[in-house]
Amino acid sequence: MIKFLIKRSLLTLLMLFGLLTITFFISRISPGDPAALAAGPDASAKMIEIIRKEYGLDRPIIEQYLIYVKKVLQGDWGKSLHSTHEVLIDLVVYFPATFELVLVSMSLAIVLGVPMGITAAIFQNRFIDHFIRIISVSGVAIPMFCLGLLLQYFVALQLNLFPLGGQLKMMTDPPEPVTHLILLDSLIEGNLEVFIEALHHISLPALSLSFPALASIIRVNRSEMLETLKQDYIVTARAYSISLFRTVAIYALRNAMLPTLAIIGLRFGWMLGGTVLIESVFDWPGIGLYAVDSVINSDFEPIIGTTIVLGFMFMITNLIIDLVYSYLDPRVRDQI
Amino acid sequence: MNDSKKNSWQERHSSTLRTIALYSRTFSRNGSAMLGLLLVLLFMLTAAIGPWIVPFPEDAQGVIHMERKLMPPDHVHWFGTDEVGDDIFTRVIVGTRVSLQIALIITGIAVLIGVPLGISAGFIGGWVQELIMRITDIFLSIPGLILAIAIVGALGPGIVNAMLALSLVWWPGYVRLVQSKTLTIKNELFIDAATSIGASKFRIIFVHILPNCTSPIIIKVSMDMGMAILGSASLGFLGLGAQPPEPEWGAMISISRNYLPTWWWYTLFPGLAIYLTVLGFNLLGDGLRDTLDPKYRE
Repeated sequence: MIKFLIKRSLLTLLMLFGLLTITFFISRISPGDPAALAAGPDASAKMIEIIRKEYGLDRPIIEQYLIYVKKVLQGDWGKSLHSTHEVLIDLVVYFPATFELVLVSMSLAIVLGVPMGITAAIFQNRFIDHFIRIISVSGVAIPMFCLGLLLQYFVALQLNLFPLGGQLKMMTDPPEPVTHLILLDSLIEGNLEVFIEALHHISLPALSLSFPALASIIRVNRSEMLETLKQDYIVTARAYSISLFRTVAIYALRNAMLPTLAIIGLRFGWMLGGTVLIESVFDWPGIGLYAVDSVINSDFEPIIGTTIVLGFMFMITNLIIDLVYSYLDPRVRDQI
Repeated sequence: MNDSKKNSWQERHSSTLRTIALYSRTFSRNGSAMLGLLLVLLFMLTAAIGPWIVPFPEDAQGVIHMERKLMPPDHVHWFGTDEVGDDIFTRVIVGTRVSLQIALIITGIAVLIGVPLGISAGFIGGWVQELIMRITDIFLSIPGLILAIAIVGALGPGIVNAMLALSLVWWPGYVRLVQSKTLTIKNELFIDAATSIGASKFRIIFVHILPNCTSPIIIKVSMDMGMAILGSASLGFLGLGAQPPEPEWGAMISISRNYLPTWWWYTLFPGLAIYLTVLGFNLLGDGLRDTLDPKYRE
């Protein structure tokens, strides 16, 4: 186990360098002279030369790459033009909101998806199975931003059941930052009112974001459960008049765990991409919204920063999932 | 020579014909697969003849008719009109062509990059495989849409750059798929047999390995066509892909959201178009997998 842990962590470290390499190349493919861009439109040729020297753009590409990696590792991620802050500082401010949203969405997908998949399998080809299938088939096909807009305008605006966007009401003071996750912080503070308000605000964005993952989790659990229900030991258990509920709770849930875990790892990346869409629909103050604002303002360094943060988050999630997986299924350890 | 001429075409190809018959029987019995096929055919047909059947062809490129802006759906404007008075039905129909182009280019480039790399990795093995697969893993470890946004950020917003960005993030999936398939096929007995009677590497790759990879590739392409449309619509929605007045569904929604909920038809119809198209390709992909992959055939 320890050996697997070390190997897997080293691999993640290697991937991290890969990520930095990709972002380095992306930052070099932009059309035009980067030095001229940095100097601004009315810089003289001499100014551009000075900037080129200062940024190390006159050196060989390998050297430029090493300078870049060193800068990123030192926390010098450049400056955002439109917020005028250091990119790293901006990202630290915006990251918790994204993290909270993704965490709640994934939990929602699991909590709803596993029972729905199992129910669909137990009532195979009955009404409830068809109903759940509509959700699982639509979940992947419906554009996430459309679902978000639909919920926003019909559930929030017309029915007035939920707020339109944001993390809290304008006038509400956020709780004392401990973890920077509003839901958690309000609980720590014991402020139930703010907790409920935050929960109320996160419901629609989280529901929209969870949809594709929900669909996959339902599908996997349904097919896994259908497979399990055919097994001899299930028939035996049922023959011993162990109730259906107990049989399912004991055998099916355990069997559903591994494929669900694998799906979470797979879908997590989609969710991190989707959060960009959902954040711009619901005005959620996370790094996705920050990234889109940056692209629209042709503000380049924050985009690279966001890519690194989200890529890193995806790698860490997969590392954790692999570790849990190898704990649950020791055969995986030999595969690396 | 004479013998083979006596046999009819049907007899000579009986094995192929039987396989096709089996496939079409399995496929046509699968209701959702047929629905998917229907939706995809409808999409293709609309893309092919769309510009000639729409009632207001000039509206596709955004002509301004202020006198009839934001009108609800009626018998003249089936899907209503938008904020400059363009017929939304026309724009959604012409939009199929834009989406089909985008999807074909993205998956096409992804296949062209991914398949050769996957076969090389699987067939050559050693450090070549190690190198290709590690690079693939790195690309797979960054969420696709995020990477695409970063690339669009570097190149600047626009439909061509969005397509380029999505193509660049789409190929790693094909490398994974083809490499693992090649690895299994490489160890089959018939490859050993071909090698031992002196077949060249070139021949083994093109005659023996590639044809055996086609069905998983076809399945993945079908699924990915839908996902590519979804991806480009997402970039369009964020304002990073197609720019108005280009009749691209995502870009249309990015403007129409400002007119919700009163002018709901403006968002509803492009959204529905995306949904049905992606649904069609997904169901078709599922159906093809159930048909072509013996593991799923009942």
